[in-house]
Amino acid sequence: MATPNPTLPDRDASAELGERLRQADADGTPLRIVGGDTKAFYGRPVQGEALSTREHRGITRYDPVELIVSVRAGTPLAELEAALAEQGQMLPFEPPHFGETATVGGMVAAGLSGPRRPWAGAVRDFVLGVRLFDRQGGSLRFGGEVMKNVAGYDLSRLVVGAQGSLGLIGEVSLKVLPRPIARASLRLSMPLDEARRALAEWGRRPLPITAAAWQAGVLHLRLEGGSGSVADTRRTLGGDDLDDGYWEALREQRLAFFDAEDERPLWRLSLPQQASLDLDGLDETGMLHDWAGAQRWLRSDLDAETLREAATRAGGHATCLTPGAAEPFTPLSPVLAKYHRRLKAELDPRGIFNPGRLYPEL
Amino acid sequence: MNIHYDARLDGDLPRRDKAEVLADLQRAAPGLTLLHREEDLRPFECDGLSAYRILPMLVALPQDLEQVATLLGRCRALGVPVVTRGAGTGLSGGALPLEQGVLLVMSRFDRILEVDPDARTARVQPGVRNLAISEAAAPFGLYYAPDPSSQIACSIGGNVAENAGGVHCLKYGLTVHNVMRVEMLTLEGERVTLGSEALDAPGFDLLALINGSEGMLGVVTEITVKLLPKPETAKVLMASFDDVEKAGHAVGDIIAAGIVPGGLEMMDNLAIRAAEDFIRAGYPVEAEAILLCELDGVEADVDEDCDRARRVMEAAGAIDVRQARDEAERALFWAGRKNAFPAVGRMSPDYYCMDGTIPRRALPRVLKTIAELSEEFGLRVANVFHAGDGNMHPLILFDANREGELEKAEELGGRILEACVDAGGSITGEHGVGREKINQMCVQFQPDELTTFHRVKAAFDPEGLLNPGKNIPTLARCAEFGAMHVHRGQLPHPDLPRF
Repeated sequence: MATPNPTLPDRDASAELGERLRQADADGTPLRIVGGDTKAFYGRPVQGEALSTREHRGITRYDPVELIVSVRAGTPLAELEAALAEQGQMLPFEPPHFGETATVGGMVAAGLSGPRRPWAGAVRDFVLGVRLFDRQGGSLRFGGEVMKNVAGYDLSRLVVGAQGSLGLIGEVSLKVLPRPIARASLRLSMPLDEARRALAEWGRRPLPITAAAWQAGVLHLRLEGGSGSVADTRRTLGGDDLDDGYWEALREQRLAFFDAEDERPLWRLSLPQQASLDLDGLDETGMLHDWAGAQRWLRSDLDAETLREAATRAGGHATCLTPGAAEPFTPLSPVLAKYHRRLKAELDPRGIFNPGRLYPEL
Repeated sequence: MNIHYDARLDGDLPRRDKAEVLADLQRAAPGLTLLHREEDLRPFECDGLSAYRILPMLVALPQDLEQVATLLGRCRALGVPVVTRGAGTGLSGGALPLEQGVLLVMSRFDRILEVDPDARTARVQPGVRNLAISEAAAPFGLYYAPDPSSQIACSIGGNVAENAGGVHCLKYGLTVHNVMRVEMLTLEGERVTLGSEALDAPGFDLLALINGSEGMLGVVTEITVKLLPKPETAKVLMASFDDVEKAGHAVGDIIAAGIVPGGLEMMDNLAIRAAEDFIRAGYPVEAEAILLCELDGVEADVDEDCDRARRVMEAAGAIDVRQARDEAERALFWAGRKNAFPAVGRMSPDYYCMDGTIPRRALPRVLKTIAELSEEFGLRVANVFHAGDGNMHPLILFDANREGELEKAEELGGRILEACVDAGGSITGEHGVGREKINQMCVQFQPDELTTFHRVKAAFDPEGLLNPGKNIPTLARCAEFGAMHVHRGQLPHPDLPRF
């Protein structure tokens, strides 16, 4: 586990990174790309030589008026967020860190988003451009530092969530937004089915909801927006005050629900918000329903195949987040797998970029 | 440099005998509507970029998936290129036919399959018009956010192909941000689902890749879009400025104040006059620039934001700030803007619309460059601008009946796009590259980057039969383009190696 090292200077390490890649490609050496090493549990273990991005760091351009920030991959996520907060801005998708050393590159490669995701969008929705090191070590620029850009294929979004398997993310340009003027969090006691109905109904109205999680008979809500609408909605919905810290604890999986002592595998079900899971032995009220129901967490001993079939029937997929899972991600359909393999073969024919991290054949 | 397909620069394409291809397709798909006589093909010879016209070899109008799959299968077997077309409103020639190719027209796939008010999604066929989705969602208080100016006519399939935008992108995003799932047929006839009705899907984000891919990776056959609750209210402010630069700064000041408008549009004097003459929207014809700033959301927040935005614009030097009194006046303010293109069209026999994007801070500089270029070429340019997200639409006025004027307009347009790239921007914000901007791609991208694009294409279409010649130029084309340009000394750094 890497330790925080705030003394690292901002530096463009493109030359060394490029050279490492050229060499690895020439030798056919698989590389295990590491930023802050906080998300190794998310995906399959990679057998390869470690390639650290942490030297390649620093914010290269930030003009708050443009609502765009460009930042090198090895920059600590916390440092980026602090720089944005200083200007009253934020990453709207509130990415989880899972550790103090989390980097911006890791955030993009993992593609994970926090509680605001259903309302604000995911990491990929805010990526405007990337500099991607290819297997020859060249730094390729896709997208850019503008809000709208449809020139060429959208490779900058394609690499989000690809876990470093299509190239090395060197730098990323992100759209940022002003922090909301007002915020309020509250808790409402209600059973799951009632919470579902309420969320469906509220979803059709322009309410300032930006987070909704149900667990054990309590619906937790966050309201953000102008002071008028937040105050009005807070009054209308009633309930009890909730500490805003709840959302960070949820995002970072520090709630008691995620209890690390529990030895059963931790599953993430990504489902249509209103979908019901139809599976014997699965009690939906025992799950944590984040994203207004679109992201559900559970600890379960059920076998992967059974769980995944149920998730697929419900229109979604299931990811196992317990380290060492043989197949953390839902297997792709044969046709989809074919195009994944072809894409990987075109961009990384020698398999140097995080081979096997997503699926054994990628 | 001509943009028509040039085998020498764009790659060889097989040329099959028309009668044989027609007979083959008729045999393979007996129910498929195939047009082959010149008078039937004529209406399909161009899309919204009507300066370019090519008669396709055949036009196919399938009405079910089997027909599309059969068509793709036969075209692949015969080596016949396929250009897919939606409503044909695209402005970059993305659906420009090939004379040796089949034009696959998806307009008969025009059904809204499902509107789910609880999930806030709509499942539609690609030929459904953009506005029709919002109309179908309206009874539930929902709508589909991206609103390109052509939304009455353009199809959602075309929107996906071009990753279409509109005037509300800054707050609500482009097509890619509002599409959840796409069903696609590959050239090999396989059905694939990209994305999901959940908020993510396992594997690579191929859904993001397919948005804006201009029909070059597959044929989109069904789309699930996200619907949003209609904002409770929307109010619009119109600010007049005696200086374009001041208006440009006001845009930055609004954003810096933490306000994210639903729409933030700028028009320069020529565009203001054209629109006012056409629509009588009450625009100040003496102003050098106006800003239309729309704030939407919950009543209380919108009032709060209107006050702040007004103060910011006044502080930035606005000579007048008016808030639309009511819904009718708000619609009128927008009508002027939304009809700016046809309005400019009334001032000139022809106009050519550009689509470059720039960082907002570069606005004054790029506008100055455009004014200089306009002078140099002797052609008027009206500027309409999605100011909030840096997307410019300079409209070049010309007369195609005058010898050489179209070429002059194109060259001026190319130079404007190069100025955008030079300012750190892009040659296209929402209209796409298509065939129109194929040469300017050589300015925006380096050979390694273009090669990477070609590799992505090869993963889906190794034979290169889907919409060949669009979107990504060959290195051969760029070499020729670069050579021509340096020769004329028009690039900012002619000493740099270009390809």
